[in-house]
Amino acid sequence: MKALQKLIEERVKPNFEEGGKLNRFWVVFDALETFLFTPGHTTAKGVHVRDGIDLKRTMFLVIVAMVPALLFGTWNIGHQYYLSIGEITTSDAWSVMFLDKVIVGAIKVVPLIVVSYATGLGIEFVIAGMNGHAINEGFLVSGMLIPLIMPVDVPLWMVAVATAFAVLIAKEVFGGTGMNILNVALTARAFLFFAYPKQMSGEIWIHDVMASKTGGVLADGYTGATALGHLANTVGQPVQGEVSNGVMAMFADGGMFSLMNCFIGNIPGSVAETSALAALIGAAILIWTGIGSWRIISSFIVGGLVMGVIFNALALNAYMTIGPVHQIVMGGFMFGAVFMATDPVSAAQTNTGKWVYGFLGGLFSIMIRVFNPAYPEGVMMAILFMNVMAPTIDHYVIESNIRRREKRLSASAAVA
Amino acid sequence: MSTDTATAVAPKKESLFSKKNRRLLTDPLDDSNPITVQVLGICSALAITVQVQQAVIMSLAVLFVMIGGNVIISLMRNIIPDRIRIIVQLVVIASLVIIVDEVLKAYSPDISEKLSVFVGLIITNCIIMGRLEAFALGNKPGPSMLDAIGNAMGYAWILLAVALVREVFGSGAISFPGMGQVKFLPESWFMANGGFYENNNLMILPPMALVTVGVIIWIQRARNRSLIEEN
Repeated sequence: MKALQKLIEERVKPNFEEGGKLNRFWVVFDALETFLFTPGHTTAKGVHVRDGIDLKRTMFLVIVAMVPALLFGTWNIGHQYYLSIGEITTSDAWSVMFLDKVIVGAIKVVPLIVVSYATGLGIEFVIAGMNGHAINEGFLVSGMLIPLIMPVDVPLWMVAVATAFAVLIAKEVFGGTGMNILNVALTARAFLFFAYPKQMSGEIWIHDVMASKTGGVLADGYTGATALGHLANTVGQPVQGEVSNGVMAMFADGGMFSLMNCFIGNIPGSVAETSALAALIGAAILIWTGIGSWRIISSFIVGGLVMGVIFNALALNAYMTIGPVHQIVMGGFMFGAVFMATDPVSAAQTNTGKWVYGFLGGLFSIMIRVFNPAYPEGVMMAILFMNVMAPTIDHYVIESNIRRREKRLSASAAVA
Repeated sequence: MSTDTATAVAPKKESLFSKKNRRLLTDPLDDSNPITVQVLGICSALAITVQVQQAVIMSLAVLFVMIGGNVIISLMRNIIPDRIRIIVQLVVIASLVIIVDEVLKAYSPDISEKLSVFVGLIITNCIIMGRLEAFALGNKPGPSMLDAIGNAMGYAWILLAVALVREVFGSGAISFPGMGQVKFLPESWFMANGGFYENNNLMILPPMALVTVGVIIWIQRARNRSLIEEN
């Protein structure tokens, strides 16, 4: 490692520095060098104490936290595929055809990741080169999150278009990394949701499910809809009606979407959003390393639970009778709570603000998904909405802080 | 240029197409564009840019109302009492808009239906009132007409640019008044027919019009740095 560093320092770097042959590509070299080695910069003015952990290390740790979800998602794509064509049944152990499942999953997931990174980093490199500033690594996490929240069979060019839109309109327009109002990955997802609704909802969550259907080989009783997609059908139906009872049977113990299955995540859904367990492992890593805000994650979950309890009490349709714990392990709720809501740029900045932000985010997630069947994935809408609200929340937190201090000041002045 | 016809309108002092007057025509296209720089008339720019044909008709309507309004107000500028000038302006604009509306209803009812209330809302288009107040009330009819044409054109090209982007990517088609909408993408491209392509539904929705106008503003300011505000 030392020898490698020496080689780069002495032989490669001068080419890129002022006067070198490849000076034009300095930003690219700088980005790669600081990614591999701790940068040797010192601050030019002001505080001289620097933490060893910089933006790149932070981003990298978030990616590490995403690995469980990614690995599980890869396996699950293959699992759902073989279920849908009837090669395995739900009673088979998870290890049956393990390698085949992972291969099918990898064939679908790797291109998504490659396209997302190529598009996003390409735009970042071009813009940094144009403006002559260092490439910042804000896209490392977004570029990984985008493929994880896509449906399996989404066309790759759509991923590229959505990524380009999100990076340009949600981030670069506002001044690049650290300045964005909205979460970049969710913007990409929302763009696809509204731009190509046919490819983003309905029975599209399993690799090749449409082809299998027309070919007539889909296993009996197997549908490609997500848990939320099924539940959306019960809105507007009587609680004990035929439709509701049919759907609710899937959510009872032993059903396809039982509490345990939803928690483990071996159900249809976006690439890596299905597993609440994997998201929780990620949450543990984020909280342990101090990178994700435990305030946001926990208040988000509490918000979802509270809304679930309220709906249980109302019980106006079958959707509302789903238990609160069941509600929050379905769909992308946990994934959103852990990886999306905690985005340090677009979330609230003050500690009190984080509680409010997380709580309302969780509350709205469940509310949107139950009230509006057209938007089954309420988490996306709720987090984007709270992103917009976050500065307002912070404003009021700071204002009340100022007022409290003023009151204390005038009280102590009166005593004196 | 055609100075002999111009001198007939504005005798002696200054030719109609003098350098100063030509700026009245060209400035609103870029440096003081009513939409991208003054940010006026945004509502209609967002609302009727789904198809090019609507944008063309809307632009023509605004062009007519602006020329008419500017010239009439400019002719009357010395006899309008200052206190009721807004009312006078409104009466003039409203009459012109009603003429446009009736003509559209008579000769192209389908487009009139698509534009719906937005023809009537030309009355409230800030660009028109703004030019009457800022220019026609203090200038002669000749320059007022040039100012009207310039501003209407500045409005029109933004409208057309946004409509073109939205229609091409949102509907995979292009339209023009009298020609109807022509879908130029082969049907076999679309996913429903086993292809790879899909129209971008977000382009049809109003938010994308806002983003498109924003991108135009971005490009314009990147090219013309004098427009960038200092904070």
